Amino acid sequence: MLEIDRLDAWYGPSHVLHGLSLEVRPGEILALVGRNGAGKTTTMKAVMGLIPKVAGSVRFLGEDLLGRPAHARFPLGLAYVPEDRRIVPGLTVRENLKLGLLRAPASIKEGPAIAEIAETFPRLAERLDQTAVTMSGGEQQMLAIARAMIARPKLILLDEPSEGIMPVLVEEMGRLFVALRERGVTLLLVEQNVEWALNLADRAVIIDQGAVVHESSAAALRADTAIQDRYCAV
Amino acid sequence: MQTLDQTVVEAPPTVPRRSPIALGGVSRWRAPLSILALLALPFLLPSQALAVNVLIYGLYAVGYNLLYGYTGLLSFGHAAFFGTGAYLTGIGIGAFGLHPLLAMALAVVAASGLALVIGTVSIRSRGIYFAMVTLALAQLVYYVALQASSWTGGENGLRGFTVSAIDLGIVSLDILNPLTKYLFVLAFVGAALALISRILASPFGAVIEAIRENETRARACGFDVERTKLLAFVLSGLFCGLAGALSAIHLSIVPLDSLAYHTSGTAVVMTLVGGAGTFFGPFVGALTVLVLEDVLSLWTPHWQLALGSVFILFVLFLPRGLWGTALGRLTALRGRR
Amino acid sequence: MNPVSNPILEVENLGRRFGAFTALEGVSAAFGEGRITAIIGPNGAGKSTFFNLLSGALKPTSGSLRFSGRDMSRVPQARFAHLGIARSYQITNLFPRLTAHENVRTAIQARTHRYDFWSRRDALTGLGTRADEILDAVGLSGRRDRPAASLAHGEQRALEIGISLAADPKLLLLDEPTAGMGPEETKEMVALLRRLGESRTILLVEHKMKMILGLSERILVLHHGRLIADGTPSEIQADREVRRVYLGQSGGYGHA
Repeated sequence: MLEIDRLDAWYGPSHVLHGLSLEVRPGEILALVGRNGAGKTTTMKAVMGLIPKVAGSVRFLGEDLLGRPAHARFPLGLAYVPEDRRIVPGLTVRENLKLGLLRAPASIKEGPAIAEIAETFPRLAERLDQTAVTMSGGEQQMLAIARAMIARPKLILLDEPSEGIMPVLVEEMGRLFVALRERGVTLLLVEQNVEWALNLADRAVIIDQGAVVHESSAAALRADTAIQDRYCAV
Repeated sequence: MQTLDQTVVEAPPTVPRRSPIALGGVSRWRAPLSILALLALPFLLPSQALAVNVLIYGLYAVGYNLLYGYTGLLSFGHAAFFGTGAYLTGIGIGAFGLHPLLAMALAVVAASGLALVIGTVSIRSRGIYFAMVTLALAQLVYYVALQASSWTGGENGLRGFTVSAIDLGIVSLDILNPLTKYLFVLAFVGAALALISRILASPFGAVIEAIRENETRARACGFDVERTKLLAFVLSGLFCGLAGALSAIHLSIVPLDSLAYHTSGTAVVMTLVGGAGTFFGPFVGALTVLVLEDVLSLWTPHWQLALGSVFILFVLFLPRGLWGTALGRLTALRGRR
Repeated sequence: MNPVSNPILEVENLGRRFGAFTALEGVSAAFGEGRITAIIGPNGAGKSTFFNLLSGALKPTSGSLRFSGRDMSRVPQARFAHLGIARSYQITNLFPRLTAHENVRTAIQARTHRYDFWSRRDALTGLGTRADEILDAVGLSGRRDRPAASLAHGEQRALEIGISLAADPKLLLLDEPTAGMGPEETKEMVALLRRLGESRTILLVEHKMKMILGLSERILVLHHGRLIADGTPSEIQADREVRRVYLGQSGGYGHA
């Protein structure tokens, strides 16, 4: 579904990604793990067109992404939940969700879409008309995910969704991701909480110093403590 | 207020490896080196009067930089201190027949006192509000001077206190001689620079920079941020007042403009063009702006437009100012070795 | 909960309101010296408010706070650091363009030379030496002369703690010290905190249960501004209410 082929990326003079190649298969949950600074977030940002200096190729459902401006990804069916969530604090939950529908296909109607979200996220349902800034960090994270989901994307990229979230919500999030996969949505997950991510994912890819160093099923990686120690130190 | 999210701080990739503000070995010599550079100035510039202006406005900008570049407080009302220093020097000499040095001393004390008052009122505000409060208070001083025309000469400015010689007891300085005047002004500016260098190298200097970098953290460390800011404000007012006093001696007239917001803006422009937060930057800025003004006004009657455009270009492409950028390049080179 | 003799920190019915909103209410606890205690709870439960009260950034609107027996309710924030209470922040709060060394040295300076504008600070070698000692204690000696903003995230968190050590505090309040850190960095931070805990009292807000278990013998749970549990890790993990509102069913590890 998503093919990243020999991707290089730079932050100013810093060469951050070195010929990174990986693929995300339709309908799977792929976990991207590795140390801080390994290049996980950069990879996501590069896919979403947020890194100005890149080389190589990124294709989504056969369409080239790198040649397109960042806002071209959404209509193709790609959604992104960044590390800092980026919900709009002054808007209500409902309004934030409507943002996620702005350029959605005409077949998705606002009423039913929001109702569906409310069913999936009871916590958000209670707070539909509450201003986003008054919600706790965990609730805001849920909102960010809901906003990404509402227009029925095919692939969702999530950058460290569990960071700073309390355990009971992390559990809920895990159940949500599994339910999404059941519905046929593909997920690419960058995570530092390796244990949780590997429990959830089908496959796992380890990134170190800007390149892929290991790729296997999640179960295999869970069992391989040597590799984990080397690259993620669980 | 609930913070919005737990953003992980990302280091901007272009932050230099060595802190450009580090108190390196150069700092010991920055005052003497600056004075040496300034000694050469009258021989490099087309006119002595321009050279004296560079000294005066350079000092004005350096005083301003203490508050803006080093402490991080953007004031739009520093003309109040410059103007007060100028007016009281003129009034002291003209109306009270005081010895010029005494008049200057009193004027500087008054400017510092005014800084204490304005500072106390404005320190409570932050950012843009602070800028607005200082602007408003400076305008107040402007209008007071405008109204008190029997003392200040009102719109015509203060005249009639020409200083031709300064009697130092053993010797009398002929201020009408351009070189003597330059050296006289340089003596004060040099002393001020030495003092400012000392202040910046002191523990207090570290505190004001800490406040600029992160006020909340400075407070949490146990620093009395308000009191420190006020002290920086007063010191800044002191040196700007001194610049004003020297200006009065130089021109033998104090235009009402000295208190106008335009003069406040000049401090900001010069500091930014030269390099905020650097020691010698403001002088470079003063020199650049004054020379540009001279040159541009020869070429076009719309020189202010041209000057404004130049300023915009600086802000866009050289945000660290001329001197700041030069220092930055030098530090990067040294770091790479 | 066992009574604590000679507590270094004691809060009784501590509370804070903001207008109609009650951020914290009726929190009572005593903390013994030299222990590491963890504070957990959902976001918005009042943990940051609690820390703000303990560090003097906020004054309580009800109840009392005693540190080493001394009533702190009227002590100004600047004095808290001088009396031995230091705090690190959840969002890294450093002096970005100052070097790691300068960051720590500036913090140390707060105790002594605040208004001195005559001495050359370079000549105050005591400060510099102590700053280097602290950098060593938090493992940042190799990064001494780098601007804080250019340090890796884990190093910034360590520097954050270094700055709070400057006041040689008896009580250290750490707000999510491992925020944003991966497993390896978290391990290093745990080792550091264990070392620091040998000679200090530490109160720690964290979400990573695994880390907390390795570090503290006592956990307080806050929810909606109230203290809902206070006990050993096993007591807390078994507590139904805590599991419902915070830990989930897997003891805090997040996965079913």
